[in-house]
Amino acid sequence: MLHAVLSLVSKWAIPVLLLAVPIYGHMKKVPVYEAFVEGAEEGFKTAVKIIPFLVGMMVAISVFRASGAMDFLSILLEPLTSRIGAPSEVLPLAIMRPMSGSAVLGMATDLMRVYGPDSFIGRLASVMQGTTDTTFFILTVYFGSVGIKKYRYSIVTGLTADITGFLAAIYICNILFR
Amino acid sequence: MLNIIWLLLLASGIVVAALNGNIEVVTEAALGAARGAVEVCFDLVGVMALWLGIMKIAESGGLVQSLARLLRPITVRLFPSVPSHHPAMGTIILNLSANMLGLGNAATPFGMKAMQELQELNQDSNEASEAMCTFLALNTSCITLIPATIIAVRLSFNSANPTEIVGACIFSTTISMVIAVSLDYWFRTRSRWRKR
Repeated sequence: MLHAVLSLVSKWAIPVLLLAVPIYGHMKKVPVYEAFVEGAEEGFKTAVKIIPFLVGMMVAISVFRASGAMDFLSILLEPLTSRIGAPSEVLPLAIMRPMSGSAVLGMATDLMRVYGPDSFIGRLASVMQGTTDTTFFILTVYFGSVGIKKYRYSIVTGLTADITGFLAAIYICNILFR
Repeated sequence: MLNIIWLLLLASGIVVAALNGNIEVVTEAALGAARGAVEVCFDLVGVMALWLGIMKIAESGGLVQSLARLLRPITVRLFPSVPSHHPAMGTIILNLSANMLGLGNAATPFGMKAMQELQELNQDSNEASEAMCTFLALNTSCITLIPATIIAVRLSFNSANPTEIVGACIFSTTISMVIAVSLDYWFRTRSRWRKR
């Protein structure tokens, strides 16, 4: 039931928006096509502006991951996290979560392929994937698009939220799915 | 802070690769990621143009403004430094709504647009304003009501109940959102005190 509703919403959300907004605009006497083009013009400028910021961030993250430094960090953290009920298999996922959305999706997919989506690991990986966001990506892209270089306390806020989300995910999964 | 994190990621990666005796991985990863970053940006161009175009229609018709008016009691408390009728409020709401619905590709364009509007209030400084920090705290911890991507992955591996994780996601994301907003509030008050 829930699944049917959710998949219906996610299937229809974009087509409905693409239909409803122009019809609404037309009724309000907005020259819809002209307004669309005017807004769309900004898309290119903004996307190009974030290139240097994204290159810097993605290079550092990719080196960190490919070199094995990330695996090393998850070995270091393992004794700590096994105490709170997190299997070591999901640790790399937790470390990468704030950094790269596509890497984490790949890792979560792989965990589900190996352990099955209905195993404890598969469920925990799903919840972790659905809980927090790629903080570094968002900070890089959003601040980069307006040329902000001093992020002040927003990194600490974002990362604390990520850690909290990770701990909350472990807690709730241990209660619901163990 | 970011300078240190960036340096640590890069340096620890290179040191570990050297100790493992596979330093060539570093070159490959660095060059590949540099190319990949540009690809991500170009993928964004079309999506950005589409959503910012649709948003312009909604804005010209007054839809965004009515939405902003509806949520004003909440937004003026979260963003005390933004004038209550400023267009940034509408864009912030669009971004957060897209996030909640799991429409990631619509959320990014709205978010960047909101940052541009906040930057005008920030007098184009290169330092983040209070409102920007609050917006990003909300954005990175925002509740996702429909985690569509992960449901699709679960479905593809024949999960018996692909959506059973939704409740757990909402629980943990609510907690992280509360922490993010409180922490942001604390930092904001503290930095004001220091300026005095």
